Amino acid sequence: MELRQFCSQSRVVIVAGKGGVGKTTVTAALALAATRAGLSVLICEVEGKSGLTAAFGSATLEYDEIELAPHLRARTLAPNDAMVDYLESHGMKRISKRLASSGALDVVATAVPGMKDILVLGKIKSLEQLPAADLILVDAPAAGHAISFLMSARGLLDAVRVGPIRKQATDVVELLTDPTRCQVMLVTLPEETPVNELIETAFAVEDRAGVALGPVVVNGCLPLQEPNDWGERSLVEAGFSNEIAAAAVEARRFQHARRAMQQHQRARLAQELPLPQIELPQLFTAAIHRAELETLADALVAGIAAL
Amino acid sequence: MTNPFVSLVETREIVVCCGTGGVGKTTTAAVLAIEAARRGRRAVVVTIDPAKRLADTLGLSALSNEPALIDQQIWDVSNSAQRSTTGSLSALMLDTKSTFDKLVLEHAPDAEAAERILDNRFYRNVSGALGGTQEYMAMEKLYELHTSRGFDLIVIDTPPSRHALDFLEAPERLLRMLDNRMFRLLMMPTKTYMKLASVALQALLRTVSRVVGREVVEDAIAFFQAFEGMEQGFRERAAKVQALIDDPATAFVLVTAPRRDAVDEAMFFSHRLETNGLAIAGLIVNRIHPTFGDAAPDALRAAAQGNAAILNLADYRDIAIRERATLEGLTTKLPSDVVGYVPLLDCDVHDIAGLALVASSLF
Repeated sequence: MELRQFCSQSRVVIVAGKGGVGKTTVTAALALAATRAGLSVLICEVEGKSGLTAAFGSATLEYDEIELAPHLRARTLAPNDAMVDYLESHGMKRISKRLASSGALDVVATAVPGMKDILVLGKIKSLEQLPAADLILVDAPAAGHAISFLMSARGLLDAVRVGPIRKQATDVVELLTDPTRCQVMLVTLPEETPVNELIETAFAVEDRAGVALGPVVVNGCLPLQEPNDWGERSLVEAGFSNEIAAAAVEARRFQHARRAMQQHQRARLAQELPLPQIELPQLFTAAIHRAELETLADALVAGIAAL
Repeated sequence: MTNPFVSLVETREIVVCCGTGGVGKTTTAAVLAIEAARRGRRAVVVTIDPAKRLADTLGLSALSNEPALIDQQIWDVSNSAQRSTTGSLSALMLDTKSTFDKLVLEHAPDAEAAERILDNRFYRNVSGALGGTQEYMAMEKLYELHTSRGFDLIVIDTPPSRHALDFLEAPERLLRMLDNRMFRLLMMPTKTYMKLASVALQALLRTVSRVVGREVVEDAIAFFQAFEGMEQGFRERAAKVQALIDDPATAFVLVTAPRRDAVDEAMFFSHRLETNGLAIAGLIVNRIHPTFGDAAPDALRAAAQGNAAILNLADYRDIAIRERATLEGLTTKLPSDVVGYVPLLDCDVHDIAGLALVASSLF
């Protein structure tokens, strides 16, 4: 599929996955790929805290948008800010601070589960309606919570029968269940537990939350290496020390074993979840900077082209 | 020098495993409990959300909120002559809601009051997996198991919260919630609360009713009214749970992976434990890459002349160096003898053999 076409399938893409699988990195790489196709991108960081800005060498994210790169902006969308924002835009500016400081918000949020999620998703919906960018990427909460995040609107429709929050929830359900407006992109590592969790999340997202799934991004894949014709002895003969030769053979064996394990997990994923996979390479560098993100964007573009 | 993890599983009564999600906390908790059982203690591991295959391995497939004894043949791989005759291993999977229900039943003045609470919609929301409740119920379960005296060692795996320290604050947060002025007003009988409530608070309640509907507010009020008779009991219980956290027989084990985000969380956690006057009994670094010698990656690349084996070694040397640098801030804060490393294996850890491999690098 062509990159531009891929990135234009739905304006909102929610990137979700278990903690530690590289969700934020994948979000950033996808954003860069989309800007290459000439699209403007807005990244929304739902949990507030993020390593996103470090990769771009920018300041920390705020509720107000900042520019990370040309045509690429980012902001946070923490629940409390979304709540205050909601109240202010509904003519309750005067009491919004008081509501927050008195602890009343906590009581309300407890009384209405998913209330905070609804406010965040409602804000995403209004950004989509503007529209704030050609592509809005949402860096979702960690997997377990991602399901309740996406389910919040439906749950709220059951709990709250009247009022503006119900209207908000109805709008959010419409957005989430329309594949031309919103999709979920799941990220995983090719390992046992993350793959299991991904499969569970995928079924929950599609069957229970009714949200369409895009391809699965498999992060941290080891490359296929040529069969090892360099034994320890031949390395020594080529002028490497005994220690280095031994370590090289050991590292090679380790790489092969890990890769075989990864391939096994990817095959299992493909078998249990009929979704296309996009493979991203494991990076060996110390930190993810702009150059590494470009490398990952290259891999994403190649993966998308192969879809 | 004695191995810190040996004395941990041999002498402590409670071991709390903390760390961010995805670092192998559940696996670590299982390994520690199994080791204690092998050394003759009656151990129980409390898990929150075990990976499916690990749960199956431990015979946890039936979700139970009460400890289930695990057949010794499953966890004790040593030959029968060497097997411990006193040790036992139990496991349970925390069910937040039934733990909370049990607590309500215990503290309610009568069956009717208990039922009023259990049926309340607000309560059902609170008792589900809502922020803070799961953490508190984990501690509650811990207290329950500890006072039952049925076990020598309880190993608990903390809930997978974004901030691993949430559960430490759980009793305190429950008390704070009960102290909240708004809650106190809500807890007054329906007729008087509107009279007593300040104008500002009335405005707040009206706003809340307008946004989410009146019935939501009424549910909350009904809950706090029903809760009133139980407040003292809850308060005392929270204080006891807090005391258990502070008890010297309780040990905290930080579990981390050599990943920036996991290490940052672990640093945060260790700082938090310190300010609470609690010591870290152990740090377990899971899934660290082997070092593969000590050559400098750049020198290897310069000398490689396109040799794929040497370039691959240079990549793995980079990872090894990066992981150890990532951990440095954390490991230098702690005495080196409390740090244990579990290497990244070339197989997945999800069965007893895998757990035994992990154990072999700690004990």
